[in-house]
Amino acid sequence: MSKAIYGGTLFAALVLAASLLLPEASSAQRNSRVERGRYLVEAMGCADCHTPFRLGPNGPEPDVERGLSGHPAELVMPPAPRLEPGPWLVVSSGTNTAWSGPWGVSFTSNLTPDEETGIGKWTLENFSAAMRTGRHLGAGRAILPPMPWQAVSKLTDDDLAAIFEYLKSRPPVPNRVPEPIAPRG
Amino acid sequence: MLVRGERGVLTKLAWPALLLASCAKAVDPSALPLFLSETGLYADVAGKRIAAGVVAYEPQYPLWSDGATKRRWIRLPEGGAVDAHDPDDWRFPVGTRLWKEFSLGRRVETRYMEKLADGSWRRLVFVWDADESDARLAPEAGLPAVAKSADGAPYDVPSRADCALCHSHGDGVLGFSALQLSDDRDPLAPHASASNPATLTELTRLGLLRDLPADCLEQPPRIDAATPRERAVLGYLHTNCGSCHRADGLLAPLGLVLEARPGEDSSEYESGLRSNDGRHLRPGAPDESLLWARMSTRTPSAQMPPLATHRVDSAALELVGAWIREDLVPTDTRTDFRP
Repeated sequence: MSKAIYGGTLFAALVLAASLLLPEASSAQRNSRVERGRYLVEAMGCADCHTPFRLGPNGPEPDVERGLSGHPAELVMPPAPRLEPGPWLVVSSGTNTAWSGPWGVSFTSNLTPDEETGIGKWTLENFSAAMRTGRHLGAGRAILPPMPWQAVSKLTDDDLAAIFEYLKSRPPVPNRVPEPIAPRG
Repeated sequence: MLVRGERGVLTKLAWPALLLASCAKAVDPSALPLFLSETGLYADVAGKRIAAGVVAYEPQYPLWSDGATKRRWIRLPEGGAVDAHDPDDWRFPVGTRLWKEFSLGRRVETRYMEKLADGSWRRLVFVWDADESDARLAPEAGLPAVAKSADGAPYDVPSRADCALCHSHGDGVLGFSALQLSDDRDPLAPHASASNPATLTELTRLGLLRDLPADCLEQPPRIDAATPRERAVLGYLHTNCGSCHRADGLLAPLGLVLEARPGEDSSEYESGLRSNDGRHLRPGAPDESLLWARMSTRTPSAQMPPLATHRVDSAALELVGAWIREDLVPTDTRTDFRP
């Protein structure tokens, strides 16, 4: 009988310990994933295009208050310069967030978790499918150049999940990026 | 309703994985039929004589395919029947085969689906030889510009991954459903054939449907709409947009749902047209409505549908435009758009 009580007490203690440790472990795992995501986002240069540049005292510098929020909505771009036939093909804005090429004009997306203008409503399934297929939300319009989704698609499921978790951990920046502009006829 | 909810969850979790699997899965080419004539559609491909047991059908709300003329067939395995107890979710027996032929003056391609023993679908495309003697298996990545449609626009054969994008919910079959094969056919549906040789009544008579609710025969399914025009619009959107713009699909974050679902008595299909974004539809102003604007362009970065079409569907654009302009009531609070 005492053995049974002892066994039951031990079991309860183990369950209690596990229940106390589990959130800690999950939190640590999550932090680790977010860190992994931050590492990948920084190493892959996502901010080079998704964070607008502004002119600082030492030249162009990333506008950290708009980190990863894409092309600024209030920056309405004039028509892109028309290039003469020849080897020049692509033009970009000083912010590095608007690009003109044979595909028309594309604007870098808001990757912050803002509900209405960013990826706040996206699920991991949306993000992974988008990076694998090159389609908005994983099933919609084609993601345009210069977004190198083909390269990102080579990442593992875990790495894509880490990137998504990091992006979701960032402060939301409300910024409705303009729709792409079709190529000139 | 509960069943639908459960399936919704499963669909949301499962389909991206299936899509990715379909992209990544290496298929042994030697296991695939190389010619359409090997798939069982024809008793005699030279004479185009359809094999016994193959049943032709015509959905009442066909998908726009740049004006291509289409013919469709299904063959169920010997003794097999479609589980039709849920009008929103027919389930097909292993061994089911479906074909869809596309013609632009001549036969161009025939798409083929076959349900395998593990419950997955094999989806292949066969491109017709110039003399239409037979059709050959297309590459997995599809083939661009194999023909030209009426105004010279290129006509592409889709990739297998593109097939999976639309055939993604339920059992993965489109166009063969209670609403599409209803005996109560919508006379205003754009591009529809006047008749359907495989109505619910006929399929039941042939023993090809199992457990179809009795009210689907007594009161054939139809979209519950305030006007005949709205009925045709909702049917068109259901087919051309609703396979992706669903409450339980990957595009759910957009807040635009364009599917039609059975009501309580399973004969009346309720409008699934819901939006939480005022930009999607502006009553009275088609050209300020994102839905209409997307339909009116074939610029790849803006067009809807985003694949398998290079030509605007003018007839549907006019129909949807008239509905937005004349039938919808301007209000700030509406989330379902009914006259």
